Amino acid sequence: MLDTLKEHRGEVAPSLFPDLYITAFKWMLLARTVEEKLGSLWRAGKIAGGVYLGKGQEAISSAVGTMLKPGDLFGPLIRDQAGRLAFGEPIIDVFRTHFGSRTGPTMGRDGNVHRGRPRQGYFPMISHLGALVSVVAGALIARRFKGDRTAIGATSIGDGGTSTGAFHEAMNMAAVEKLPLVVVITNNRYAYSTPNSRQFACSDLVDRALGYGLEGHTMDGTDLADCLEVVGNAMERARSGYGPQMVVGHCLRLTGHAEHDDAFYLDKRLLESPVGRDCLKVAESYLCKQKWADETQIESWKKVAKQQVEESVAIAQCEPQADPSEETWCPYATESVAKAHSVR
Amino acid sequence: MTITYLEAIREAQRRALRDDPRVYIYGQDIATFGGAFKATKNLAREFPGRVIDAPISEDAMVGSAIGAAIEGMRPIVEMQFADFSSVAINQIVNQAATLFWRTQVACPITIRLPSGGNPGSGPFHSQNLESLYAHFPGLVVMTPATVDDAYTMLLEAIAIDDPVIYCEHKYLYNRLKVDALTEAGLPPHKARVARIGRDLTIVSYSAMVHESLSAAEQLKRGNIEAEIVDLRTVKPLDVDTVLASVARTSRLLCVGESWPWGGVNAEVIASVATHGFHLLDAPPQRINSKDTPIPFSPNLWSVHKPSSQVIAAAARRLFDW
Repeated sequence: MLDTLKEHRGEVAPSLFPDLYITAFKWMLLARTVEEKLGSLWRAGKIAGGVYLGKGQEAISSAVGTMLKPGDLFGPLIRDQAGRLAFGEPIIDVFRTHFGSRTGPTMGRDGNVHRGRPRQGYFPMISHLGALVSVVAGALIARRFKGDRTAIGATSIGDGGTSTGAFHEAMNMAAVEKLPLVVVITNNRYAYSTPNSRQFACSDLVDRALGYGLEGHTMDGTDLADCLEVVGNAMERARSGYGPQMVVGHCLRLTGHAEHDDAFYLDKRLLESPVGRDCLKVAESYLCKQKWADETQIESWKKVAKQQVEESVAIAQCEPQADPSEETWCPYATESVAKAHSVR
Repeated sequence: MTITYLEAIREAQRRALRDDPRVYIYGQDIATFGGAFKATKNLAREFPGRVIDAPISEDAMVGSAIGAAIEGMRPIVEMQFADFSSVAINQIVNQAATLFWRTQVACPITIRLPSGGNPGSGPFHSQNLESLYAHFPGLVVMTPATVDDAYTMLLEAIAIDDPVIYCEHKYLYNRLKVDALTEAGLPPHKARVARIGRDLTIVSYSAMVHESLSAAEQLKRGNIEAEIVDLRTVKPLDVDTVLASVARTSRLLCVGESWPWGGVNAEVIASVATHGFHLLDAPPQRINSKDTPIPFSPNLWSVHKPSSQVIAAAARRLFDW
C-alpha cells in the first residue's frame, strides 16, 4: 500500500529542486485547506472533541513527509497535517477520523490526530508526548533485524515534548543503537500556553544533540527551501549510517493549541518577528520570485485543493458513524483471549 | 537432572529464540551478564545479536518493543524488577494495550516482570503489580505458579498476538524444581484445580498457590479439605472454573500477595458474588499483603505477606462460619 501511496513522488535530486519545492508546497497548501475546513466544521459543531491545527508549521511538516522515501517510517505528531498528506495519507482519513466514522482508520475508537496506518509505516500517535519516539526507534530495530539497511524513520516532536522523560529515554536509546532515526523538533514557541522560557533553560534545543551524541541541525521553519534542504540532508546522513539526527525548526504556532483556544497569551512581538512569518505566504512569494509559478497558477492549485477537500468531506459526511451495536467491544487480537475476555 | 522455575523461564526463551526468528530479548544487563537473576544466562552467546543490553530506560525499552512488534517482531522485554515497570507504565497501558483496539494491528510483546518479595528486598524490589496491569483492557496478565506453567505459559505469551505481562515470582525461581519439562500445558487462560477438596475453595495464583497448598495440609489435620484453584492467568479471568469449585464447596477464600484495594482477589469475589451468590453458604473472604509499602526487615516482611498459617486460620474461621 505504501508504494501506491507514494507513487506520486519523484526521486530527490538537486536538479529537480523546483519540482520538489512545488510538490512540497502543494502539500502545505492542501494541509492548510484541510485544516481550515476542520476549523469551520468544528465551529459548526460537526466534530466532537478537539481540533488541533498546524498553521504556521506546514513547511517543516511538509518537508519531512516529502523527503521520506517509499518504505520509510513516519511517526507524526499533532501539527503534521502537511507531512501526513505528503507521506501518503488519503484526505478522507482526516475527515473520517474527525467525524468518528466507522469506515475511518480508527473506526471511531479514536479521533482527530490519533490516526495512522501502522502496516504502511505510518504510526498513530497517542496523546502522551514523546511516547512515539521510541516506537519509531523500535520499528527501525525491527528493520535492522530483517536486513533492511535502506529505510529510515522520522518522527516529530514540539518544544514542549522535549521536556518529557520519554523523549530523553528514546533519544538516548536511539543514539546507543545508532538507528537511522530523524527526530524533527518544531520549536513553535508555545506548548499549549507555556512559552519557551518556562519549558527549557538551554539556549537552543539543538544543543541537546551533543549531549545525546548525535548530529544536530537547525532550520528556518518558515522557509520551505531551507526545510527541504536541512531535512533532506539529515535524512541522507541517517540513511548513510551516521546514526540518529536531530533537526530543530524554528517557527511560531499561528493558531491556538486547539480550536477552543484563541491564543490570547501569544506574544505579539513574535508575530511581527521573522519567526512569526506564515510559511505558506513565504513560499508563495518564493515561487513567484523564482518564477516557478505565478499567482494564477497558485490560485488554480488552491482551487484544486479546495475541491479535493470538499469532495472528501461530502463523502465522509454521508458515511455511517460508529455504531455501538456493531462494535465488537473487544480489545484483544488473539482469538482465544478475546473469547475468554467476553465470557462475562 | 532437575529443572527449576527460573531455568524453565530460560529454556522457554531459548526455545523461542531457536524456533522463531522474530523473537529477541531486550533488557538491562541481560547479554554478557545474563540478567540480574540469570534468566538469560548464556543466551546472548547462543543467539548473537538477539539478546540485547538496554540502557536504564524502561519507557524506551517498551516503546521500542511496540514499534518492533508493529514491524512483525516478537520482542521479550525483561524488566530487572517488576517494580521498575512503573517507569514504562505509559507505554504499557496507553500504547501497547490500546494499539489493537485503535488500529487493528496487533502488539505481540511479552514483558517479563520478576515479581514478589524475598527477605530484605524492601519496598522497591518486591512488588506484585498484576492487579495494576489487569485493570487495563488490552493486556493479558499471566501469573504462573509452577515450573511447567513458567515454561509453557511463557511460550504461549510469546506466541499470542496481544501484549502479555508475564509475572514470574522471584521467590519461586530456585525453590521449585521438576524432573523434566512438560510440553503440553493447559490452555493459558484456564484456571487449574491444584488440589481437590470438599469444604472450601481457596483461589490463588503465583507463589501464594504454594502457601495455600501448605495451608491445606495444615487444614487436613483438622479434617478440613480445601480445594485450591490456581488462576494461572488473572486477565482474562477464568471465572467459570472458580464458580464450578464454589458450587462444590460453597465457601470462598481468595489469597494474593499483592495489595488488597481493587485487586485480583476483589475481582474474583465480585464475580462470584455477582454470578454465584446462590452458591455461597458464607461471606467470601480475602487475604492480601498488608496495605502498606513492603517492609525491608525480614521480620516485618514475614508478616506483611500472607503465610500458610494465616491462610489456614482464615480458612478455619470460614469453615466454622
